Amino acid sequence: MNRSRDVTALAIFGVFLVAVPFIKSDYLFNAILIPFIAVSLAALGLNILAGYAGQVSLGSAAFMAIGAFSTYDLLLYVPHLPFLVALPGAGLITAVAGLVFGLPGLRLRGFYLAISTLAAQFFVQWVFTTFPWFQGGDTSGVITAPPIFIDGFQVSTPVERYLLALAVAAILTVFAIALVRSRVGQSFLAVRDNELAAKVLGINVLKIKLIACAISGFYIGIAGALWAYLYVRTIEPAGYDLDHSFQILFVIILGGLASIRGAFLGAAFLVVLPLLLSRGGAALLGPNFDSGYVDLAEKIILGALIILFLRLEPQGLSALLARFSLNRKATT
Amino acid sequence: MAAPLLELERLSVVYEPAILAVEDVSFSIWKGEIVALLGANGAGKTSLLRAISNLLRAKRGRLSKGHIIYDGQRVERVPTHRLVETGLVQVLEGRHCFLFLTVEENLLTGALGRRSSRGDAKDDLGRVYEVFPSLKAKAKQPAGLLSGGQQQMLAIGRALMARPNLLLLDEPSMGLAPLLAAEIFETLAKLNRDDGLTILLAEQNAASALHYASRAFVLENGRLASGGPTADLLARDDILSAYLGLVSEKIVETASI
Repeated sequence: MNRSRDVTALAIFGVFLVAVPFIKSDYLFNAILIPFIAVSLAALGLNILAGYAGQVSLGSAAFMAIGAFSTYDLLLYVPHLPFLVALPGAGLITAVAGLVFGLPGLRLRGFYLAISTLAAQFFVQWVFTTFPWFQGGDTSGVITAPPIFIDGFQVSTPVERYLLALAVAAILTVFAIALVRSRVGQSFLAVRDNELAAKVLGINVLKIKLIACAISGFYIGIAGALWAYLYVRTIEPAGYDLDHSFQILFVIILGGLASIRGAFLGAAFLVVLPLLLSRGGAALLGPNFDSGYVDLAEKIILGALIILFLRLEPQGLSALLARFSLNRKATT
Repeated sequence: MAAPLLELERLSVVYEPAILAVEDVSFSIWKGEIVALLGANGAGKTSLLRAISNLLRAKRGRLSKGHIIYDGQRVERVPTHRLVETGLVQVLEGRHCFLFLTVEENLLTGALGRRSSRGDAKDDLGRVYEVFPSLKAKAKQPAGLLSGGQQQMLAIGRALMARPNLLLLDEPSMGLAPLLAAEIFETLAKLNRDDGLTILLAEQNAASALHYASRAFVLENGRLASGGPTADLLARDDILSAYLGLVSEKIVETASI
């Protein structure tokens, strides 16, 4: 079972790699594939924390902001630092931030924990807008992301940016799969399902929660850096607001809690939905269906879908897919 | 006689703000014993067991007085997960299985605390299936679909995965049909006999507990009311009437009026 899934994952990665030369449109890379990868990684990070370890968080965007700004500041203030060192460095900084904001989670649960993570959301945005040091003294509020150099080679075209994102995502996904199968991953589930029982089994609940916060922070931080450097190519606190945090949460609810592929399925859905809506809306209703309507329609449809999923399939798209493939196996 | 495996010295447990749940309780358990802790609802059995496993803080309680000595070491301040590593393992009242994980996954979580290798965990899994064959048949089912008795077996099996020296059991017979409860007690007795597992058992079902235990202690309102070898306790009328339901006819008559 696990092995066949590994093969499937590898095959999907292969398709994403091999497809590159056949895709001629920059639009597909810029507007779909790159944000898809960044959102997937952020969702993966949140899923480790919320889906596996059961710690609800509404502050994902704040950690993405920390990842983006840490990358920027590391490159700005540490001379000659290569991007490929700054990126994991930013992940580590975000992991530390995750630990700090994870501390309330040692005492709080459920609803109260969710509220306490809102503090991270607002505090981090405030810090980045208030202190110009983080923006390198720039007071405009929007920084253009500097070009990325890897070993003297500038990553600039959409394909290059896409390949960089894909490589990072592949490494982190492999690690995530290993993590959730490891003893630590099993401990996450135990803590999520029953803290007291986990404790009497000899699991250090506090440590496990902090590990989840740190690893989740690392992933979301890297995702934030990819989002800033490879997708929007600007770094601004306003881009990481509460809406964004909710989006990441919606991705894992729709995709499937406690599922690696759920993060990817949910992200794909969320990235593609507005595009489908604008195309479909334009085809059905003519040119009057502008971006304002798309926004509205997206919110309505997303809201309805989330209610439907929570009610009918709390395990999300991932479970739907599993059932579909099971049915197909049964009929063939 | 060798030093006891577990020694409780004048333990008192309070819950905030000031509920005294256990007061001045002392007793010792030697290796290889089955000791029963008897008492009515609210007598302090669970509090005492939770004090031993250092689980009181989760319920806003604390050890206000006394010492706990396990295997020659003072352990009042040792966190639960360290106690589990040294073989002091508890099966909580109410089973607390992970209902969405399968039986096998539940059992494997029991090996997490001891940090056993996957090979060791697999061996232990085989042993637990030997002890509880009915779990093996349900290995791939979610624990939530098990009956109460099987869940209790699962909870005990999960604790066995941690390779305990001293197993604390909180009301293993709670809510179980008498036959199932007897099966579980038989299994515990067998583990005690064959593997030398030391057991401290809190029970309301005094008849069964006294049948399997070598010694017993009776808690009443948090204090130790009596204790000793089970044979002696079974010979005492007050114990029989209070805990075995063998009420004298006079009391029954008064109650029925």
